[in-house]
Amino acid sequence: MIESYRTAFSRQDADALPVWLAPIRQAGLDRFVTAGFPSSKDEEWRFTPLGALPRTGFAPAQAPAHPIARADLEPHLFGQAGWPALVFVNGRFAPELSQLPPAADGVVTLPLARALVSQPGLVEPHLGRHAGPEATPFTALNAAFIQDGAFIRVPAGAELKDPILLVFVTTAEAAGQVTHPRNLIVVEPGARVSLVESYVGLDQDTASFTNAVTEVVVEKGAWVEHTRIQRESEAAYHIGYTHVHQAAESHYRSFTLAMGGLVSRHNLHTRLNAPETEALLYGLSIAHRDQLVDNHTAIYHDQPNCRSWEVYKAIIDDRSRGVFNGKVFVTPEAQKTDAKQTSRTLLLSEHARVNTKPQLEIFADDVKCTHGATVGYLDPMPQFYFQSRGIPADRAQRLLTYAFAAEVMGEVTGDAVREALDLVVRTRLGISEGA
Amino acid sequence: MLEINNLHAGVEGKDILKGITLTVKPGEVHAIMGPNGSGKSTLAQVLAGHPVYQVTEGTVRYNGADLLDLEPEERAQAGVFLAFQYPVEIPGVTNAYFLRTAYNELRKARGEEEVDPMDFLDIIEAKLKVVQWGPEIMSRAVNHGFSGGEKKRNEILQMAVLEPRLCILDETDSGLDIDALKIVAAGVNALRSPDRAMIVVTHYQRLLEFIVPDVVHVLVDGKIAKSGGKELALELEARGYEWIAGPMEPVGAGS
Repeated sequence: MIESYRTAFSRQDADALPVWLAPIRQAGLDRFVTAGFPSSKDEEWRFTPLGALPRTGFAPAQAPAHPIARADLEPHLFGQAGWPALVFVNGRFAPELSQLPPAADGVVTLPLARALVSQPGLVEPHLGRHAGPEATPFTALNAAFIQDGAFIRVPAGAELKDPILLVFVTTAEAAGQVTHPRNLIVVEPGARVSLVESYVGLDQDTASFTNAVTEVVVEKGAWVEHTRIQRESEAAYHIGYTHVHQAAESHYRSFTLAMGGLVSRHNLHTRLNAPETEALLYGLSIAHRDQLVDNHTAIYHDQPNCRSWEVYKAIIDDRSRGVFNGKVFVTPEAQKTDAKQTSRTLLLSEHARVNTKPQLEIFADDVKCTHGATVGYLDPMPQFYFQSRGIPADRAQRLLTYAFAAEVMGEVTGDAVREALDLVVRTRLGISEGA
Repeated sequence: MLEINNLHAGVEGKDILKGITLTVKPGEVHAIMGPNGSGKSTLAQVLAGHPVYQVTEGTVRYNGADLLDLEPEERAQAGVFLAFQYPVEIPGVTNAYFLRTAYNELRKARGEEEVDPMDFLDIIEAKLKVVQWGPEIMSRAVNHGFSGGEKKRNEILQMAVLEPRLCILDETDSGLDIDALKIVAAGVNALRSPDRAMIVVTHYQRLLEFIVPDVVHVLVDGKIAKSGGKELALELEARGYEWIAGPMEPVGAGS
């Protein structure tokens, strides 16, 4: 089905796109055609069977014939009503659903399709420079179809009060269709911002394909909290790739919640490209039925005196599968690296499975690098404790499952974001009120 | 209230309780003493329905019902409360949420309406005084990072909130310094009432100076070897457990 993408590529209306983008798109297509879809023979995809994805000729998503109303979106929105939001429906910017903040003090919040034309000076130096086509076949495919997504630039020293929401909505009309959201976030020296990137399916049975790429540039001394929420339809395919480029003394903190999709995969790569940088990566996956939820992370310690801290948790129920692969690379220059990685999986059914693999490649000698992985079922003692206080067994299990999740959600620093995240997770786990 | 008759129980083929017979009436406080490994804690946990223990023989009737036939949560809903020797840490769930959930489950079981978080705060305010605590304890995760003394106080707080009819205290004094012991004992004493019975499991006589029992039973090798009044505890303190040697005729306790 590679051919169907090639055909779609040749039929694209690229006239509106800037000339400098053409080689990036062409290189993406060429790389994708050469590489093809990954298979289980590929080490990086060994535990991630893609199911029908490579065999399905997903058509480029069309603008929805029936525009969705804000009320339809309301139950799927995240956080507070007043937060600036860029909303995309089936891959296209939906201005009527979005709330762009007033363009003040050099903050740019635009759909990428517009920014490509109006802000080439800000976009061109970064777009495709960090998540290149060679990263995975899917990043190549995304590059071939760069069209829309979010562009955010936070100028030096700026501190944004509210989080910025990027919402990618897939409607029932997108069944059998593919979108390639492309996001570029540039946070200039000393600036601070909280971003919430979320992927939402409005209909639980829509077999759509989302192939997203996000590049985040965290410049010197900048501070970014990046929350990524994937709750697509449980029939959908979701492939995401996030690359973070960190300059000196920058702080990047991410929380990745993955609970939608039939097959989902997210790669999060961060490059600590200068001394005294810090990356904190937290994740929570929740899978049931026949879902597969895969998180691959890679942390590149290129320079000395950097710190990375990573905790990924997964709750795997029914026949579903979880995958976690965490790579940490420490170059010979990266002395005094402090890296810690933890992966913890809770299995809720004896048919649930997880493949978890830490992968540390350390070439410096004066470093502190640790990793640990645990996989287990709910501990019977806390359950008995709850029951002995009158709480029935099934409710006790749900509460303890929530407690397992809550611990890592507590790492989100923004109160409002954390509370909104908590609500999403509680709803999913069937817990009525705040615990 | 509680009639235990010839109770045998153990883990995976290993007998621990070898024929316990004991009757507890409303308003009574029974102390269960005995050396390590005598089965004191097993008895406490079997009564609460701990899944690791299997009952192989005997009956336990609680207010006329077959206690052993009930799930642990049903026992709690019927008014049985076990204060754990090792209270479990639950990171991720606050004390307030846990207690309110338990409180509301008991109300639901009685056919009463659940209380909302605001009303529950009013209820909890009075109960916190029983263990001399301020409200800040409610926003901490259940027992998580608590000191040994705090964990035991938290058990007594739960007991005060849930207002059980049969309280079973499993080595509530273990690991407590004298100040914590006094607070815990004062909390327990505040909950003594004519319609509430208590079974106090302890290794040492010390706790019984503060929680004065009506009856003392000595458990040896899974059986009640001796029963008597509160002075029996003092005798054990003075002479150790060794003097209760050999098989003794179990005394019909508390009746």
